[in-house]
Amino acid sequence: MNLAKTGISPDVAKKTLWKRIAVNYEMYFFLLPAIVYYIIFHYGPLYGLQIAFKDFNGALGIWGSKWVGLKHFNNFFSSYYFWLLIKNTLVLSIYSLIAGFPMPIILALMLNEVKSNKYKKFVQTVTYAPHFISTVVLVGTIVIIFSPTYGLVNQMLKLLGMEVQSFMTNPKLFRHIYVWSGVWQSTGWGSIIYIASLSSVDHEQYEAATIDGASRIQRIRYINIPVLIPIMTILLIMNAGSIMNVGFEKVLLMQNDLIMDVADVISTYVYRRGLIRAEFSFSSAIGLFNNVANFILLMIVNGITRKLGETSLF
Amino acid sequence: MAVTKGTTSDKIFDVINMIFVSLIMLIILYPMIYILSSSFSNPDFVSTGKVWLFPRGFNIEGYIRVLQDAEIMFGYRNTMFYTISGTLLNLACTLLAAYALSRKDLVGKNIIMFLMLFTMYFSGGMIPTYLIIKSLGLLNTWWVLIVTGAVNTYNLIISRTFFANGVPHELEEAAIIDGCSKSGTFFKIVLPLSKALIGVLTLYYGVSHWNSWFGGLIYLTDRSKVPLQLVLREILIEQQMKSAMVASGQSMMDEEMQALQVKLASLIRYCVIVVSSVPVMVAYPFLQKYFDKGVMLGSLKG
Repeated sequence: MNLAKTGISPDVAKKTLWKRIAVNYEMYFFLLPAIVYYIIFHYGPLYGLQIAFKDFNGALGIWGSKWVGLKHFNNFFSSYYFWLLIKNTLVLSIYSLIAGFPMPIILALMLNEVKSNKYKKFVQTVTYAPHFISTVVLVGTIVIIFSPTYGLVNQMLKLLGMEVQSFMTNPKLFRHIYVWSGVWQSTGWGSIIYIASLSSVDHEQYEAATIDGASRIQRIRYINIPVLIPIMTILLIMNAGSIMNVGFEKVLLMQNDLIMDVADVISTYVYRRGLIRAEFSFSSAIGLFNNVANFILLMIVNGITRKLGETSLF
Repeated sequence: MAVTKGTTSDKIFDVINMIFVSLIMLIILYPMIYILSSSFSNPDFVSTGKVWLFPRGFNIEGYIRVLQDAEIMFGYRNTMFYTISGTLLNLACTLLAAYALSRKDLVGKNIIMFLMLFTMYFSGGMIPTYLIIKSLGLLNTWWVLIVTGAVNTYNLIISRTFFANGVPHELEEAAIIDGCSKSGTFFKIVLPLSKALIGVLTLYYGVSHWNSWFGGLIYLTDRSKVPLQLVLREILIEQQMKSAMVASGQSMMDEEMQALQVKLASLIRYCVIVVSSVPVMVAYPFLQKYFDKGVMLGSLKG
């Protein structure tokens, strides 16, 4: 297989470019379905993105519609919604990140100290399960549990002699319900990767530390946490890079007219203007703006971590 | 982690740690138990807050009604179809492409890989994608929910990593020397060694098909094609009344009738949640061994 690489003159190597392709012709057939998929469903939309700079007209198609330059961008930037959407999006995702990021780490560190393997497995089984619950069922469950008429939470409030609340239509509560239900769903699954890296810690390190008089807390602080830092960095980069992308589906499902001031985010706005009101060009422009902002953020965060000499994504 | 015999402070640490771990576990477990118990209870007890942990007034009427509801059952059937055919297409596209890209001697693999990775960080977005799908005539077809997510780039990366590192190359080379073609090597040698990867991919793709609803919302208008999650959304979130929730019995007073209706509706909400989660829960113990593997495969790339 590696004969081509060893001791053959460049002349022959050049001549064999086609041969090197031909030798692998089957592999190109293997690639074909995926390439067709990427061209149609990923590069097709990238080509279609030009309508952000056009006035899309169904009859003229993507290519034939008239160019209007930055009109849609200017409309969006100067609209009342611009800052509201940016604020709602950022608040929701930064709150999610701050509340959600440490939880899997804490759970992993605690599980790592549990001595009974059976119990550890059981806790893992339970805590991973919510990851597989669909967004629809999750939001449906929230609606049921917080229902003003028969919901569990209001039953509890009644027992405690407190007033019944309408949780889902209260703009003050939307963010908390969104974020903490997310923490409920993703903490267990998020801990897998940390648990796996903790299991790679050498036992001799613990023994040495114990002989030196380190307490359990100190062992966690000086042995376990440093082990997790590279993964934490990578996950933090990925999370920070998608800070302009909130969990669109869940926000959309939780929205109702009474909480739109806090629950409307960029992506749901794109959906509403684009698909409900069929303003294709305008909403594509917003989508593109969101995409570019995301991309820049990711590059900045990645650049910073690389400068700091820590692990970086690329 | 039994390194030393427990000192007092060690024991205190263990107890506190155990309490916290158990507390987290209970917080995560309780809502699921509550939904399950309520679905098997008499709705009178549920709506008056008498069900806390175990079912009260054991009752499967909600389930009987759910199973008789044509809309829910159609949704179920459609989702089964989308999940099975969609996952098969996912597996085929992803495994084949990932194997090709894992071969060091493939001319052009870097540029192909780059172009695929690029779509993870930059995409056309919702509206251009919708317009492309519309112009292809895919709207409102059985195909649309199957082909629109044929390859997930993240899954492609973990598969490629697996083929590059997880399968001994000597075996492949030996097969080729023995006169096996490259595709033959893949199907006869590599695939049988890739059960863990296939398990992980089936898990990831299958669950995402089973749980998806947004594609159905924007691409389908034909009621007979919508997936289960979309029917669930109507029942659970938009609180629409379905035929299963209509109480029967003309002799009752209007008010009584209404009260019964509300109770039935709430009971059915608990039941559909359970019914829709059954396939995933049944598969859960079998798939569990792939969880760690899947996440670790993903982190190899780093």
